[in-house]
Amino acid sequence: MPNLLFEAGMEEIPARMIGAAESELTERVVELLRRERLLAGEHEVHSYSTPRRLAVQVNGVLARQPDATQEMTGPAWSVAFKDGQPAAAAQAFARKAGVEVGALRRVTTPKGDYVAATALHRGRDAAAVLGDFLAAELAALYWAKNMYWRPLKPERFVRPVRWLVALLDHRVLPVEFAGVTASNWTRGHRILHGDAAVTIDHPDDYVGALEAAQVTVDVALRRHRIRKALDLETRSLAGARWREDSALIDTVTQLTEWPSVVLGSFDREYLELPEEVLVTVMRDHQKYFAVENAQGKLEPCFLAVLNTHPEEKGIETVRHGNERVLRARFSDARFFWRVDQKTPLEDRVEKLQSVTFHKELGSYWDKTQANLRLAETLAALVANRGIRVDRAALAQAVRLAKTDLTTELVKEFTELQGIVGGLYARAQGLGETVAQAIYWQYSPAAVEDPIPATIEGQILGVADRMQTIAAMFGIGLEPTGSKDPYALRRAANAIVKILAESGLPLTLADLFEPAPSGFSVEANEKLRAFFRERLEFWLRDVRGFAYDVVNAVLAAGSNDVPDAMARAEALTAVRGSDDLAAIAAAFKRIRNILRQAHEKGILNPGQDTDAASPDLLQEPAERALREQALKLAPVVEDLRSHRQYREALEQIASLRPHVDLFFDKVMVMVEDEAVRRNRLALIAQVLSAFSSIADFSELVLA
Amino acid sequence: MSVEGKASACPALTFQELLLRLQSFWAERGCVLAQPWDVEVGAGTMSPDTFLRVLGPDPVAIAYTQPSRRPADGRYGENPNRLYKHTQLQVILKPPPQDIQEIYLESLEAIGIRLREHDIKFEEDNWEWPVGGAWGVGWQVMLDGLEITQFTYFQQCGGMDLDPISGEITYGLERIAAFLQDVDSIYQIVWARDPKTGRAVTYGDIRLQEELQLSVYNFEAADIDKLWEHLRLYEAECQALLDAFHQNFKAEKTTERHEKIHDRLVHDGATPPEEAVREKLRRFPVLGAYELCLKCSHLFNLLDARGAVSVTERVAVMARIRNMVVGVAKAYAAQKLGTGAA
Repeated sequence: MPNLLFEAGMEEIPARMIGAAESELTERVVELLRRERLLAGEHEVHSYSTPRRLAVQVNGVLARQPDATQEMTGPAWSVAFKDGQPAAAAQAFARKAGVEVGALRRVTTPKGDYVAATALHRGRDAAAVLGDFLAAELAALYWAKNMYWRPLKPERFVRPVRWLVALLDHRVLPVEFAGVTASNWTRGHRILHGDAAVTIDHPDDYVGALEAAQVTVDVALRRHRIRKALDLETRSLAGARWREDSALIDTVTQLTEWPSVVLGSFDREYLELPEEVLVTVMRDHQKYFAVENAQGKLEPCFLAVLNTHPEEKGIETVRHGNERVLRARFSDARFFWRVDQKTPLEDRVEKLQSVTFHKELGSYWDKTQANLRLAETLAALVANRGIRVDRAALAQAVRLAKTDLTTELVKEFTELQGIVGGLYARAQGLGETVAQAIYWQYSPAAVEDPIPATIEGQILGVADRMQTIAAMFGIGLEPTGSKDPYALRRAANAIVKILAESGLPLTLADLFEPAPSGFSVEANEKLRAFFRERLEFWLRDVRGFAYDVVNAVLAAGSNDVPDAMARAEALTAVRGSDDLAAIAAAFKRIRNILRQAHEKGILNPGQDTDAASPDLLQEPAERALREQALKLAPVVEDLRSHRQYREALEQIASLRPHVDLFFDKVMVMVEDEAVRRNRLALIAQVLSAFSSIADFSELVLA
Repeated sequence: MSVEGKASACPALTFQELLLRLQSFWAERGCVLAQPWDVEVGAGTMSPDTFLRVLGPDPVAIAYTQPSRRPADGRYGENPNRLYKHTQLQVILKPPPQDIQEIYLESLEAIGIRLREHDIKFEEDNWEWPVGGAWGVGWQVMLDGLEITQFTYFQQCGGMDLDPISGEITYGLERIAAFLQDVDSIYQIVWARDPKTGRAVTYGDIRLQEELQLSVYNFEAADIDKLWEHLRLYEAECQALLDAFHQNFKAEKTTERHEKIHDRLVHDGATPPEEAVREKLRRFPVLGAYELCLKCSHLFNLLDARGAVSVTERVAVMARIRNMVVGVAKAYAAQKLGTGAA
């Protein structure tokens, strides 16, 4: 069975886009083969990519599509055949189905008799089919940023396409894209192999032929080789190891076709600079790996991943060149550090007037004032609830939090904002509480990042983000759909995470209350809905609770983050029990009965909370339910108030026999209006008494 | 040791040799060598030889060095890696040849960089000049960890889609020279060497005083009120030219064009009116308006370096300059189209 190879060669693809494009092209080619019935039952798929190419190899492609038959129904028999003779309609239908008129059949349907035919679709040659469709799959790839390059702009793609390989075994497929016609030759390493074409006789030769032309097309293999080379180079330093950084490994893997690693060093005196600065320069600006000793302290060394294996003399040249660049970068950073120290953070507060936060919301100075008000309000709440807060240190941290935006170091290394402020605060002797709070203000940036370790840092982090979110909502800039230009969702996720993990005695409502004046009711509603959605995301996508558990828990309250988490945990623990499942089913039934009663106007909303009168309870089952519910309610309420949710839920589950018996023996919607109303009141009472931890009717039961 | 190794194989080029070598390289590949534009620009891209020539369908192959001024980057000559005014070599190829990357790599060999002994990477770096309504996609070219070139496929300019697009190659000459000569400070770069005595003239000899004094001027001495006044005057003049352009030529709509042709047929005057309009259009000083934009842009940068631009002003002034720059680009394109200049 033939094998297929499809490679698209182009000018260097941005590293960040290669991985997704490789998977997408592979999926598309496999899907094309499947759709066109060209994929053998047993097949193997390999995908490859480098900065200059995307490739897919499928072993097990059918040489031809299998023939297929199709049952077709045509015009009514009476129209097609007049007096048993085929009319024009019969001729036309036979042509359409590709059969002789004599092969037409008569079928009887409820609507009458029709003409039918069995059409035979001859399978086409795989090469012809792939020639028709492969290019379209390449053209359809998603790219985060596209370009035009040919006159008249016939196509958009990530970068100019320079060659195509399309082979079915030894046969070149007729594929053309962007003015390039597919062939059986590709290109090797730009420098080491040069311009000479690399001929691929058969798809199976692809990997080997390119390996010989100094290109490793297998991404996993390239990554593995880079890791091995990093290990090897580090081994020359006793006790040292390179600092693990899988994101950086991925980047350099996608920047190289034939990687090697060189170890370089820098002057020990630069180790005086904070590690954060050194690592940022190495990792973010130079894509170097940092090297640390057994204690985790930085060594004055770095590892650079090259896209070549230079000759002996070349290695020295490349090492020397990279060391030169790093030295210049470090010397800049040290220059900025020293210059920045001349103006203490305190003296930078006024300079924030000229740093725009948002054109409608003013400067960072304005934002700082708003942050101060909110942080002070929150600190007072926290202190009132018995948690110690250093309010003076917090106020100082909030006031200085944004001042590092005016420093040269942050202008140069924007990703270090906050961190630089914290380092400067420490260097300027402002105390650890202030320094830590400033340092950690932007953490967590991603959900997996840690929250600030100190109360003051946590309050600063919450206040700063909440101020931003509320201010943006206030001028109608809330996120919509996939658009979230100010990363407000990420900010809200961070707030939820801080509230969930810090133990700060703050609810979401505590954060909304001090909203800026002039905040509309609609904006406030949107804000609440927005945070409920973020809490839902946190519980479901980050903490992994089942979606129905999350719905049930949030329906009973979405204001207190750790409380919602505790309820979700308890509900998850007991939801598997038969008793709780039965309760959930019964509560769902109660909710339906009440809804119908409302709809029919039998019961007005509000009325159903009237207590059931014991005198009107006729059946033993309803009396028993009422008694048990009355007995259980204070017990559950007591457990709930102590956040013993699991025990509370177990108590609720113990109601099951009474509920079951009630629905078994008692009819709610009876003729007698007083009895009916009373029974409705009873079940409403049960529902409301036991739904404060979770709305069980939201549970989806197997 | 690598330095000596390199020196023995191929002595490092002086700054001026580097410049000459790159210019001859591109001249041999069909580029017209232009002189630097003599109005202050922040980047080689802003020179009319790039910004305006990339517009429209006419092929372009041009190369020029361009001193580029960025007042805020001045460091009084004290920082070994940063300059107020640095030198770019700019190459514009419209449409870009298919082997533009290969030609570029050859140009590195031409200045003594043996590629097999180095690590070279094309890393994504997209370019954007919002004030010019211009952007493109491309790479920064990294040589042993050093960014030596910005390589861009222009996609839009003056807010207009380009067709055909241009390929732009911008070499950072000081960086490349410091790399070739293996010096840690730009000021140590040998600019020229006397062929008789071998005496070296350094970059510092030629430019340090300028870096120092213009840093002092840009950061301390420039008269803020006068800068604003200059900016206002240049802006007013540029705006007046653009207004005149629109008043005179905006009416060039299809219907009126037909009327003009009709006039011509009926009147059969000495000077056909359409010819007169075309001539008037051809003479219109769009390039003058563009130079006024460049003046505004530079003055704005000076004011910015002087710390004289408040938040609200910043946004507003940048928007006004953008309007002028984009307006000029549109006028330039309309002028090309209207005069049938190929």
